[in-house]
Amino acid sequence: MADFKHIVDFLVESPFFLGMTTGQLTLLAGCGKLARFKEGELLAQEGMPANDFYLIREGEVAIEIHAPGGTMMVSKAGPEGLVGFSWLFPPYRNCFDARAVTAVAAVSFDGACLRKKAEDDHELGYQLMKRFAEIMLRRMQDTRLQMLDIYGQGGRGAA
Amino acid sequence: MEPVACRVLKVTGELADTFTMELAPPGGQAVFSPGQFNMLYVFGHGEVPISMSGDPARPESLVHTIRGVGSVTNALLSLEPGEAVGVRGPFGSAWPLEAAVGKNVLVMAGGLGLAPLRPAIYHLLSHARRYGALTLLYGTRGPDSVLYAAELERWAAQFDAEVTVDHAGPGWRGPVGVVTELLHRRAIDKDNTVALVCGPEIMMRHCARALIDHGIPADRIYVSMERNMQCALGLCGRCQYGPYFICQNGPVFSFDQVDRLFRIREL
Repeated sequence: MADFKHIVDFLVESPFFLGMTTGQLTLLAGCGKLARFKEGELLAQEGMPANDFYLIREGEVAIEIHAPGGTMMVSKAGPEGLVGFSWLFPPYRNCFDARAVTAVAAVSFDGACLRKKAEDDHELGYQLMKRFAEIMLRRMQDTRLQMLDIYGQGGRGAA
Repeated sequence: MEPVACRVLKVTGELADTFTMELAPPGGQAVFSPGQFNMLYVFGHGEVPISMSGDPARPESLVHTIRGVGSVTNALLSLEPGEAVGVRGPFGSAWPLEAAVGKNVLVMAGGLGLAPLRPAIYHLLSHARRYGALTLLYGTRGPDSVLYAAELERWAAQFDAEVTVDHAGPGWRGPVGVVTELLHRRAIDKDNTVALVCGPEIMMRHCARALIDHGIPADRIYVSMERNMQCALGLCGRCQYGPYFICQNGPVFSFDQVDRLFRIREL
């Protein structure tokens, strides 16, 4: 019960959930639990079922992909950051590793529980999806810029 | 305007393809404003425009940071202390440091674009009482392409300076992602901030848009443009950019001057 209250308090203060009603946040909190990860521990693993997403309270999480030559960090999430989108859509499988680069405290949400509540309450589903879509859009735009390798082009002194 | 032969004092490797060259200035005094550039002439090879990257309060040397990617810049890279470089300049417009007095200054740099901003940062630090908060947001490809890495560490201890990289190995402790992401994490005083932006054109365009989204008006966002500058006197027309010659009217422009031109793909 104490955890549930902590989660509700955290959601109320989180910019991600800004504008959602207390009733909606209470419904969401019912799918959440407090979680802690040690430095180096995996929150999600590429190819494995994507059952959860995480709202980071403390610490940092790296999004990594294994490539020839080693592990590549492609993004990082810190406090108030969100980790995990694959729980939203079939086949609910992680595309990347998410690894705690420091000790991490997070709220872990059960994806299946959230999907069920969103199906039952479309207004809740819409509010949730709207927020995820905004973040996914920004990350997609950022990823495109990263793919362009803009800093590798010309630049001053390139004659 | 004839080039003046200046002796190379020191060459310091910065990155695999980038080095900083200190020259003995003409007349013993380097006089320039942060944001301006010189034309550096390598005898038998040609001339290139290179921004000043040194401290304007240290006139005993002319400092340029150069990426060796073409014939002239690679010829510059091969020079040793004591050899001569032809110098014309300084040319062009400067960062608006007087207009920024009393305001917060937000510096956004990408890749080698940190070099033309470094003199402005030196100035802002040495005149800190005249300005509000200084913030430096710097983005680059990876941990091995962070320009002035040791200096950035010192700056991070002095003021809000943060580096993000496009991708990194597991050992990197800083942020990973585009430089605009660093902006989204900060509370920006939109009414009292001047932004100085320098880097590849795509990066500057996206930074300017993000700054406008944060409420900073276009006339308080400054970018440093780059084109093929040859004469640096506004005569040859090679660096013409819409109604401007970058060598004369620029390289530093307020974003409201160039916003329309950014949208013309052929330019």
